[in-house]
Order: sequence, then C-alpha cells, then structure tokens
Amino acid sequence: MAGKTLYDKLWQLHLVEQRDDGTALIYIDRHLIHEVTSPQAFEGLRLAGREPWRRDANLAVPDHNVPTEKAERAGGVAAIADPVSRLQVQTLDENCDAFDIVEIPINDRRQGIVHVVGPEQGATLPGMTVVCGDSHTSTHGALGALAHGIGTSEVEHVLATQCLIQKKMKNLLIRVDGQVQPGVTAKDIALAIIGEIGTAGGTGFAIEFGGEAVRALSMEGRMTLCNMSIEAGARMGMIAVDDVTLDYVKGRPYAPSGEQWTAAEAAWRDLHSDDDAEFDRVVVLEGAAIKPQVTWGTSPEMVLPIDALVPGPQDFEDPVKRSACERALEYMGLEAGQAISEIRPDRVFIGSCTNSRIEDLREAANVVRGRSKAASVKQVLIVPGSGEVKAQAEAEGLDKVFMDAGMEWREPGCSMCLAMNADKLGAGEHCASTSNRNFEGRQGFGGRTHLVSPAMAAAAAVAGHFVDVRELIEGAA
Amino acid sequence: MKPFTVHSGLVAPMDRANVDTDLIIPKQFLKSIKRSGFGPNLFDELRYLDEGQPGEDCSGRPVNDEFPLNFPRYAGASVLLARENFGCGSSREHAPWALEDYGFRCIIAPSFADIFFNNCFKNGMLPIALDAEIVDGLFQAMYANEGYALEVDLPNQLIRTPEGESIAFEVDAFRKDCTVNGLDDIGITLKSADAIRHYEAGLRQRAPWLFDVIGSR
Repeated sequence: MAGKTLYDKLWQLHLVEQRDDGTALIYIDRHLIHEVTSPQAFEGLRLAGREPWRRDANLAVPDHNVPTEKAERAGGVAAIADPVSRLQVQTLDENCDAFDIVEIPINDRRQGIVHVVGPEQGATLPGMTVVCGDSHTSTHGALGALAHGIGTSEVEHVLATQCLIQKKMKNLLIRVDGQVQPGVTAKDIALAIIGEIGTAGGTGFAIEFGGEAVRALSMEGRMTLCNMSIEAGARMGMIAVDDVTLDYVKGRPYAPSGEQWTAAEAAWRDLHSDDDAEFDRVVVLEGAAIKPQVTWGTSPEMVLPIDALVPGPQDFEDPVKRSACERALEYMGLEAGQAISEIRPDRVFIGSCTNSRIEDLREAANVVRGRSKAASVKQVLIVPGSGEVKAQAEAEGLDKVFMDAGMEWREPGCSMCLAMNADKLGAGEHCASTSNRNFEGRQGFGGRTHLVSPAMAAAAAVAGHFVDVRELIEGAA
Repeated sequence: MKPFTVHSGLVAPMDRANVDTDLIIPKQFLKSIKRSGFGPNLFDELRYLDEGQPGEDCSGRPVNDEFPLNFPRYAGASVLLARENFGCGSSREHAPWALEDYGFRCIIAPSFADIFFNNCFKNGMLPIALDAEIVDGLFQAMYANEGYALEVDLPNQLIRTPEGESIAFEVDAFRKDCTVNGLDDIGITLKSADAIRHYEAGLRQRAPWLFDVIGSR
C-alpha cells in the first residue's frame, strides 16, 4: 500500500465519523473569527438557542474594518468614523461577550490580521485543523496544519458542533526544485505557480508545497505561499513540518511548553508526506527560472515576469480567455505589447495577510533605505500585519526608513487589500500591491491592482514604475 | 432552509469566466450584519454606473444598459448560466445570499470554485456543473430564444430544455438529500454528538496542548 501524504495524515487524525454517503465528520481544533463573516453565524446560534460547543477552541480578532490612521484608531471602536464599519466591529465585541469567546480587541498590542495573529500567538499550531470565515485561512497550512476558509453557515456549524461535514479532496504536490535567485521571494513563487496552473488549477485539490526552494523559505515566506493557494483554486495549501516550523512555534504565547512541548514535537515530526506517498497530480517548477512577477490583468493568473510585455487577445487560443484578456486590458487601461516596466503606479500598498509580516517589511525597507518615494506616486501605505509586527519593525527602525522616504506608516489591519476601511484606490488608479487579489474593484471602485512582492512594490514606489528589484539591491544579478 | 425539488425558471447569462465573489457582491456591502437584503447590490459594479453604498436606495441609481441582467428580456430570471470557475475568490457567503435575494435558485456553469459551491448548498441554491460544451449549447439556445426557460429537477438529477431534451447532472448524495428536504446541517451533525465527545476525549489524551489554552473570558 502506498504511503500517506501530509493531507491524508491530517485528515485521518481528525476523522470523527466516516459516512456511507462519502461524507465525513471532521473535527476542528481551532476556529478563528473576525467581524465580517461572523455576525450572521452568532445570530443563527441565538435563533436556534444553541451554545458554542467548545469555547476555548475559538479566538476572535477584528481586522477587515479597522481604521489604520493613528488618529482615528486611537479612539478605539467608538471612534471608527464609518458607522457601518463601527457597528460590525462593535457587533463582534458584543457577540464575544455574549458567547464568552476570547477576543483580541482593536487596540490590544496583539491585534492584527487574523492570519498574522494566529501563528504569531501560537494559536495555530502544526497538526491542527484550522478554519475561519475567510478564504486566506490556507495561510496556516504553512505550519503543517490542515487549514481552510469557510462560509458563514459553516462558521455557525463549527461554533455549534466543533466539526464540519466534508468530503476528502484530491492530493496535489507542487514542487519547486533548486534555488530561487536573490531578490525572488515567496510571493514570486506563488504568482509563478498561479501563472502556471491557473486560478482554477487547484480546484478540488489540497495542495502540498515541497521541493528545495520551498524548504529554504522562512516561516513568513511559507505563509505567503500557502496564503495564495486559494488564488490557485485550492481551499488549502500546506507544507511539511521541519526544524524551521518548530523553531518558529517554540515559545509562542499559546504554544505548548515543557513536557507538553516534548510530546507535541514528537507528534509533529511525523507531519510530512511519506516517501512512497502517491499524489493525484504533481506540478514541478524550476526555482532558478522564476523571475520577479507582476500581474497585468484582473485575475491572479494574468501574471508575467517583470521583463515581459503585456499580452493581447491574439496571444490566447481559447475564446473565453481571449475575451477575458480583452476585457482586462480595457479595465486596466493597458495596451497589448506595452512593457510591464512602463506601468506607473499611482499608489503602493505594502500589507495584507499575504505580505505584512516582519520579513516582508524588512525586504521592502532594504529597497527603500537611502531612497525616496517617486514624485509621481501619490501615496505609499505600509500597513504591518499586527501590533507585534509593528513593534518589532519599530524596534529595528524600519518605520523611520519608510517615513524618511515619504511613505506612510500605519496601524495594523487588512486595509487596502480589500478596502473595507478608508484605505482605497480611486477610479483608474494603478496600485503596486503586495495583497492577493487583483479583481475588478477589489481595492476600490475602478481601481487597478498589480500584485507584486514587497521588494517589487518598494522598488516601484521609489522608481515610479515597475522595475526588476534585482537592479536595486546588492547581491542580486 | 427552503427545499429545492423541481424548479422552472427563466435563464439569464453571466457570460464570462472566473466571475469572482468581489464581482458578485462588492466588499462595501459585507459590512451588513444581516443575511438578507443583498439582492439590489448583486453584481453592483456591473449593474450600475456609479459606486454603490451600503444602505442606499438603488432605485434612483444610473443603470448600465449594456449589462444583460438589466435587459427587459431577462427580468425575473431565476436560473443563471455562467462560465468556468464561477464564484472564485473569497469565502463570503454574501455571494450566494445576494444571488438568492435577487431571485436566482440555480446556477449552471462548467465549473465552480470550491468554497462558493459549498456555500450555495447551505442556502438552498443549486449549483450545477456541466460539460463546457453543453453549457455553451445552452448559452446559444438562450441567446437565440427570448423567454428561454429550463426545468431543473433535483430529485431526478435532470435539466429539461424547451426543445424537449433532458440533461443529466451529478450531485453529492448528502447535499442532494439536504437540499431536497431543506435540512439543517447542524441538526444532522448534532445527532453525532456522542461520537464527537468520544473523539474529543481521545484527542485530549493524545494532544492535551490543544485544550484550555485560550480559555474563555
């Protein structure tokens, strides 16, 4: 019999009940909650007279709606200017009070984007099943966890039963062999993978990322990679546990210690695919061939290396893809054949659950140090992923690097990734963004998003146009 | 949940691939703490020429006459015909809520994004995946015939066309049962409460670090 994949093992470990109709009851170890997708779930519990099954499995934090301006933020929830946003954050506070669920509130030092906070606090751990009413829950798979987004009905279901009814997915291994060049980051790997398999390439699969280039990534980089599994169509992406994982987890506030750590480590060491495990599909990329990536269109699969030219409809044989290209060019205000390096961002956003961790900010600061924001760029927002990330960056003086260059250093939250707070693009504005989605209107009505790594976003911010960051940093070709 | 058995309805097109959930219901409307009322803002950025705001009365807004759902011939449609990877992007259940509130009961496409597909069933909305060629044929028939309607028979897993054709479709047995009978998932799962408690007791032995760490307030 063939060995097991990491996903097979995690599935088996959480199987409560296998049913004859092919579905299974899967136990959920950690449920993360934020303000946008939870109010209707709590309301559902109330209407049905149900209580949470296991309170200590839940952790809540507001992130999508929180303001990132210091002044507005200082007044806490009551000072959120947008009344609809304020009500949603207040509702989370009230629901957590009413149902006795631990919440990290808006101005707690630990507050931040739920997918940054979870691993940072040790609230998400290797071997766990982790769910949240947010598709980027795949991020936590970087720890060797089975983690995926759910809708609000399932948020209610997990609150009420600590389980989900699921069908097992197929196994997809994405292997990135060899080493990536200096200046090429986890974000570029993620975008190159999506460019290769397409935005529906992972549909129906659980992805495991492996290979030398993946093993070489830090935990921050691994989280970036797993975060974007959903942009490749897969609800979950994961990476085997190794020393990098264990070193990251050890000592975190909610992580085990002492004897429990020893037992946990022993269990977690088995969280990798067996050598003879069989995958339903394997995709292999050469790390050395990956260049810094920039999206040109309105789907993450519309992505090319920095030295490429914007494609035209004639470059696509499939009629559906051809018309999608045509529409994307029109929406983005781009011409076929135009160099990607000619695109000039009006704004730059460095943040989001994809790229707002300390390593991301260091990479961006390395490019910015000693340079200034280009005059043609209206605004550069640097939004750390959590209060802890912010404090660490300030201790390293990164905030000064950004502010000296004419950039804005903000309070933690989801911010311009989806523009539910005041941070948004104007119609027609181009943005170099380290977030995860370049959909029409995502960062503001009529806004034009180009997804890039933090280093590439910083390079565009100082150059005034997209540029190969390897030309700006030492040690790169 | 409203049961879904046999539904006949006018068909309307969403003729583009990779329709994402931001397009189905833009983020500003996600600030609502309710489950209903999203219909007027379904496909907001395509339906209207201005930027919509939550709570705004949409009746006076400038309408995009080039967007098919605004064509009089598609008024009252309840079956949406779409292309590959419909519903990709975020996990927002507001997407099926908006489609349902608008009046759609069924979506037919060559493929769906996983989370959206799952969310539909939680709301008595039936997503049906068919071969791309068959979907293409339905698009052509719909464009050619004003008033084109389909009968969707979930118990028999058949779509009946006005031409008298029957198209079979696949659906998971569990989802079918819940959808046909309008069953509440949570109620079903709670019948396994003893199994969950038994599993939990074993887990506490095996991985005690998963318990009582975060606590309650």
